Amino acid sequence: MNFAFSSIAPALPEIVLLISLCLLLLLDLWINDEHRFYTYVLAQLALIATGIAVVNAENGSVVTAFSGMFISDAMARTLNVFSLITMGFVFAYSRLYSQDRGLFKGEFFVLMLFALLGIMIMISANHFLVLYLGLEMLSLAQCALIALQRESKNATEAAMKYFVLSALASGLLLYGLSMLYGATGTLVIPEVANAIAANTIDPAILVFGLVFVVAGIGFKLGAVPFHMWIPDVYEGSPTSVTLFVASVPKIAAFAFIIRLLVGSLGAMVSDWQPMLVIMAVLSIGLGNIVAIAQTNIKRMLAFSTISHMGYLLLGILAGNNIGYAASMFYVASYVIISVAAFGIVLLLSRHGFEGDRLDDFKGLNNRSPWVAFMMLLVMVSMAGIPPSVGFFAKLSVLSAVLDAGYTWLVVYAVIFSLIGAFYYLRIIKLMYMDDPTTDQPLVTEPDHLILIGLNGLVIFVLGIIPQSLIDLCVNAINHSFR
Amino acid sequence: MSSAVMLFTVFAVILVLSALGVITARNPVHAALFLVLSFFTGSALWMMLEAEFLAIALVLVYVGAVMVLFLFVVMMLNIDLDRLREGFWKHLPLGASVALLMVVEMILVVSSKQFAKMTTVSNTSGVSNTQELGLLLYNQYVYPFELAAAILLLAIVAAIALTHRRRKDSRYMDPAMQVSVKASERIKIIKMPAEREL
Repeated sequence: MNFAFSSIAPALPEIVLLISLCLLLLLDLWINDEHRFYTYVLAQLALIATGIAVVNAENGSVVTAFSGMFISDAMARTLNVFSLITMGFVFAYSRLYSQDRGLFKGEFFVLMLFALLGIMIMISANHFLVLYLGLEMLSLAQCALIALQRESKNATEAAMKYFVLSALASGLLLYGLSMLYGATGTLVIPEVANAIAANTIDPAILVFGLVFVVAGIGFKLGAVPFHMWIPDVYEGSPTSVTLFVASVPKIAAFAFIIRLLVGSLGAMVSDWQPMLVIMAVLSIGLGNIVAIAQTNIKRMLAFSTISHMGYLLLGILAGNNIGYAASMFYVASYVIISVAAFGIVLLLSRHGFEGDRLDDFKGLNNRSPWVAFMMLLVMVSMAGIPPSVGFFAKLSVLSAVLDAGYTWLVVYAVIFSLIGAFYYLRIIKLMYMDDPTTDQPLVTEPDHLILIGLNGLVIFVLGIIPQSLIDLCVNAINHSFR
Repeated sequence: MSSAVMLFTVFAVILVLSALGVITARNPVHAALFLVLSFFTGSALWMMLEAEFLAIALVLVYVGAVMVLFLFVVMMLNIDLDRLREGFWKHLPLGASVALLMVVEMILVVSSKQFAKMTTVSNTSGVSNTQELGLLLYNQYVYPFELAAAILLLAIVAAIALTHRRRKDSRYMDPAMQVSVKASERIKIIKMPAEREL
């Protein structure tokens, strides 16, 4: 038996992450509650170490490891970098809130890092089994994180709902994958694609499997009609966990769709396109309309997520590299915006007070003009008003759909994004035109404000010159899929 | 009759009889022990088919872990036998029809054309199938195997985080408080009226 490190070297980032999270788990034993800050520092260091491993692996080619089950291509590396940076922001934003609510424990960071590991595994999976294991790792960690605030009834209820529905979705997905395995005789993603392209398999079995796979994807993404868990989970979980749920897993969901639908079932584009059209139409419609009726910002952002996932699907259903790159740009910009939005919601909370009602935004401009301006940027971006990064994201997916020949879909999406602008602009109105209900100063720490500022700056700059991020996405997709 | 057929007959008879014992024994502990016996004979049958890994796994996992746990539970719960037997006749029609359905399905499977196509493959590689499985698991499938291990670790962390952190009702002793206790705190004398005679 020979063993060469080079055979597993492409998976170095994942290995580094797993080792450092195990170290964190051990070192945390010697850190008492007063010095828990060191755990936070260690968690950030783990992210940096993993990031260095990702960036060092950058060599532009597609490499596989672990007998073809692991793939490291340009898309995987770019998405890994996105996830790591976002995770760093998630840790930083949630620090004060978690400290205040007894969540600032070693497990909080270990579970988050496990979830990140699951995400990275999904991003570079080249085998159905690995894809599924990554998904389970993410779901399990996420479920534990949601339930972490055990005294809270809402959190427990949200975790229960998430657990049951994610088990159901995993079942559907596995059933679909087993159908595909039965039809093609392999679980390796490129081999599945080859087997389907050979055109010797009964399409009925493939489509049957595909339906279940798409249902699994719909759940993961939170697209209508598989969206039921999103509002409850967003509202019920502690805001620091909502911040996570609303950001990094969306990157994984994008990678998941690309690996499954494009990587393995690319030849069946005419079969999955109509399914995605239905999901996109329903998500954009329901998300934007129901969000108007919400009084809780977390719930409102949950419905806004549903609609954003609809827009994300638009790019994918275009069925070509331009569309996939547009979707990738959409998910990247959405994650940047979403992290900032929940970072600001966290800022409004203080000891014994959750700043998660829309009324809590009243007169924010008087209390803190800086934070109010950041929220303005976020809301403008979410609504997709030019010039903002959200506008360019919507523009790129819509132009991809237009090229694919779905003019009615573009008109529909634009109308609903106008409807959606109402509830985003309402927040701006609350912040700038209403009187504050409280004159309590915002409780925060300088690093949170600096990072929010940085985050806002990124949103602002990308709104003026989005080309660099677009190019990054286009290059990543073009290098990974020809 | 060759020795293999003879052995098979012996094991098969014991298996069927012990399986019958599981459902007819009046005492649940006996029923569990019958189940252990049927697992053992089942694994002996697998051993005869040269599937030694499955045979050993059955004994280790089911007999060694699952059934022992089961026995503990049965012994500790002190199950009321008569209540378990209530409604036997009421549920009999449903149970019998399910059993009949399963028998019909089994006959359909065994008598189908696909089943006749099945052939047995003998192990020609010269190594035991435990070794074969090990090689496959630690070479080709090492990545998912390690991931499954990581998921188990995650499950442990999650379970401990959710159940043992900051639990108000968990009982533990604080030695410092025990040592510093005063006599007046240990005993409290209260006055109460003498009991009336009945």
